[in-house]
Amino acid sequence: MRKLIYALPALLFAGLAFYFVLALQPDYDPHALPSVMIDKEAPAFSLTGLNGAGISRDGFKGGPVVINFFASWCVPCREEHPLLMRLAEKEHIPLYGIDYKDTPEAARRLLGEFGNPFRAVGVDADGRAGLDFGVYGVPETYVLDGSGHIRKKFTGPLTARQVEQELLPILRQLSGGAS
Amino acid sequence: MRTLLLALAMLVGLGLPALAVDPYEQLADPVLEARARELSTGLRCLVCQNETIDESNAGLAHDIRTLLRERLVAGDSDAQAVKAIVDRYGEFVLLRPRLHPATLMLWFGPGLVLLLAAGGAMAWLRQHRREARPPIPLSDDERRSLQTLLEEKQS
Amino acid sequence: MITEFGHFALILALCVAIVQSSVPLIGAARGRAAWMEVGRSAALVQFLLVAVAMGVLMHAYIVSDFSVINVAQNSHTDKPLFYKITGVWGNHEGSMLLWAFMLALCSAAVAAFSGNLPADLRARVLAVQGMIAVGFLAFILATSNPFLRTWPVPSNGNGLNPVLQDPGLAFHPPFLYLGYVGFSVAFSFSVAALIEGRVDAAWGRWVRPWSLASWCALTVGIALGSWWAYYTLGWGGWWFWDPVENASLMPWIVGTALIHSAIVVERRETLKSWTILLAIVTFSLSLVGTFLVRSGVLSSVHAFAVDPRRGAFILGLLVIAIGGSLSLYAARAPALKGGGIFAPISREGALLLNNVLLATCAATVFLGTLYPLFLDAIHGPKISVGAPFFNQTFVPLMVPVLVAMAVGPMLAWKRGDLGAAMQRLWMAFAAAAVVVLGMFYVTTGAPVLAILGLGLGVWTACGVLTEWADRVRLFRVPLRQSWHRAVHLPRAAFGMTLGHLGIAITVIGISAQPFQQEFLGYMKLGDQAALAGYQLRLDKVERVQGPNFVADEATILVTRGTQTVAVQHPQRRYFQLQDQTTGVTSIRSGLDADLYLAIGDPNEDGAWTIRAYWKPIVSWIWLGGLVMAAGGAVSLSDRRWRVGVAHKLRRPRGLQIAAGE
Repeated sequence: MRKLIYALPALLFAGLAFYFVLALQPDYDPHALPSVMIDKEAPAFSLTGLNGAGISRDGFKGGPVVINFFASWCVPCREEHPLLMRLAEKEHIPLYGIDYKDTPEAARRLLGEFGNPFRAVGVDADGRAGLDFGVYGVPETYVLDGSGHIRKKFTGPLTARQVEQELLPILRQLSGGAS
Repeated sequence: MRTLLLALAMLVGLGLPALAVDPYEQLADPVLEARARELSTGLRCLVCQNETIDESNAGLAHDIRTLLRERLVAGDSDAQAVKAIVDRYGEFVLLRPRLHPATLMLWFGPGLVLLLAAGGAMAWLRQHRREARPPIPLSDDERRSLQTLLEEKQS
Repeated sequence: MITEFGHFALILALCVAIVQSSVPLIGAARGRAAWMEVGRSAALVQFLLVAVAMGVLMHAYIVSDFSVINVAQNSHTDKPLFYKITGVWGNHEGSMLLWAFMLALCSAAVAAFSGNLPADLRARVLAVQGMIAVGFLAFILATSNPFLRTWPVPSNGNGLNPVLQDPGLAFHPPFLYLGYVGFSVAFSFSVAALIEGRVDAAWGRWVRPWSLASWCALTVGIALGSWWAYYTLGWGGWWFWDPVENASLMPWIVGTALIHSAIVVERRETLKSWTILLAIVTFSLSLVGTFLVRSGVLSSVHAFAVDPRRGAFILGLLVIAIGGSLSLYAARAPALKGGGIFAPISREGALLLNNVLLATCAATVFLGTLYPLFLDAIHGPKISVGAPFFNQTFVPLMVPVLVAMAVGPMLAWKRGDLGAAMQRLWMAFAAAAVVVLGMFYVTTGAPVLAILGLGLGVWTACGVLTEWADRVRLFRVPLRQSWHRAVHLPRAAFGMTLGHLGIAITVIGISAQPFQQEFLGYMKLGDQAALAGYQLRLDKVERVQGPNFVADEATILVTRGTQTVAVQHPQRRYFQLQDQTTGVTSIRSGLDADLYLAIGDPNEDGAWTIRAYWKPIVSWIWLGGLVMAAGGAVSLSDRRWRVGVAHKLRRPRGLQIAAGE
């Protein structure tokens, strides 16, 4: 018993070291923040369109959609742009954009230069829609189901792996369930 | 990339003149404004990771400050206004974590450590009183004469 | 070529450190004097080699040798010479080299100033120091080598981060590291004592000055960091309970406990195994702090190196150093027995209470810092632990610490008289009561806790001064005689008085902060604003050209009534090369209050954002830190630490074992 007390510091440290090993795993990201909005109804929004028609939450009811928050000033957005183009052209994903804290001119220039993967783009100049969604840095990508609930959120630029392993399966599942 | 972005945001956050609350954000009503400031010091700016929204000049912190003030102006109680933000960003924004099963050890940990440490010290003291023979205390006369002796020696 | 020389010196230092960590240890085990002596020369040579490496890197910074990646990334020809030099440790690789340099310095100091140490103990201490050096030098060479070259050589560096060009930030890391690393000596003494299975009063007497010196450096380092945050960040914050700050606070708290418990070992030959544990934990916390900052496990503004490979390496070091020493502790400490009677009401009892409370404080900071990470690792909810948590847990723990701080020094060794001590403290109690009641009377709606904090600070300060006055028999003997006593007071006693007074000053300074006043608004030229009885007038905003920036410099006239108090010039600097804007605050600092002015962006109407604070006695916070460190330094100058004194105290080994049984 007495000996055990003297061993206590070493045992406590063993626990601590075990935790540190966990924390150093390559797939562990201390900065990652899960969204609290998952499985909740998406916040109501109604935004004027960048080119013509605007977008609103209630307009999305009926089928799963993917909403991508982007901005012309956001460097990582350019990184994921080719992937979004591929998703729209090859996979025919219903992709909608929300231009976050940006000017319409700059966004038009961006989409003109790199191509427009979005079926429609809403302008969220003051970032209010982003705030309601809990966006904390662009790009962020949300998957909404047919009833307007958020099913999945990706923070940061999408990767090809995320698309293959997470985005496409969940979309298949959601549209399968709807039909 | 994400980490880099955050690192960049942090650097920028450090680099800018960190004038947190901008004058135009302030509410005309000093009582409401004071409440907003008070609540702000308990909310974390998500992109700067270690600053409160009251201190941070990041865009997101500005947005949350504005939202907080909107809610207060709309007549929300402090708890309701904070809830509006927690609903969007989760309990992560609360710098004072709520008491629930997952934070029990956090809130009661210090007290527990104090009890253990005090208990350990007491047990140790008792053991060391037992081990040694108690000295016979000085009588009052003895103490007085010792005191005079000591004082003589000192001066 | 010179750079390769430094690189080579570092590799050689590693080789010497390997010798230092092994040969003396074997020598001590086999009783071979010559082998044991190797430790001394190896420590000195290793220091020379690391110093050469450090000098070479510094040279590369001074001559702006951009073929060295580290220099290219972190320096620039336009930097002032002073910041070129301090830039050496303003980055990960350089700061690790500084770490190793400090460590070698400490080892060399042990080697040089330990003539009176028994040869076997010295050999073991130096060997343990050598082991730590091996770990860190290998870490630098394997993952963070500052001497690597790049090709083609860039025409200029890109390290001109204006935020880092600051005197406070330049001196903060060296002091902090000296403190962290200095505790390695106490750690090595502890491990050596565990290997020997022997701790006595002399051991306590050797460990204490090293711990005290490290504690002083750490105190200064923390105070500098806090002061830097205060004048840089533009709203006068000085402590954020940021994980990186906590990483430096934890060793400070445990180190404080250590310098107190070492007194008990020295005076009463008891609390030995506890003191050894404290010494191990203090240095371990320094290492854990380094790991947390360097690995990127913590998300923090300060963590400039985010690299899991480095994290894995440091984790390996942690497991060997901390795990090894604590296992050794588990095996050997039960055999260490303390001396006889220990009364709760006595000086040693008070020091025990101090240790119980400080250990709890440290555990609280530890819990608050790491709890979110723990929860995250077990897939619990994401939470944040910030200032409100620490204010509710840490701050209440400080109350008994401060209350006891006034009483403890009044108690005699072995058996104190609590009643008599309390009687002697009646003036301190009265002073605190007057302050608290007076503050309640003068202020309305003031924060109650702040007033109680002020009262507590006054209680501690008066208690400490009472103890000192009693010692010099102030007003009880003629003043001349008191003066004579004051001058001839043991330095250690005077150091304690200063150290405790420093804490009281800091506490009073902190407690006064809720009374600060703020002005925040737009001001056009000629506009006036009122702040805490002062009038501020924005007279002009000028464009001024700096060496590598342009600045908007405001001229703000501060008046009180009809009297001009000051003309202050806060700036908003724009660094074109980095496209970065920083604010330079203008602070009129005084012992009574600081006037803290900052200028921000203009609005559309051409009015400037002005932020102004009146912060009562805020400078006391850092002043207290300096007084604390000065107390430690005075205590260090006590003659009983000097060479030759400790030697006579150590008893022959046979007697020691008999006493230990």
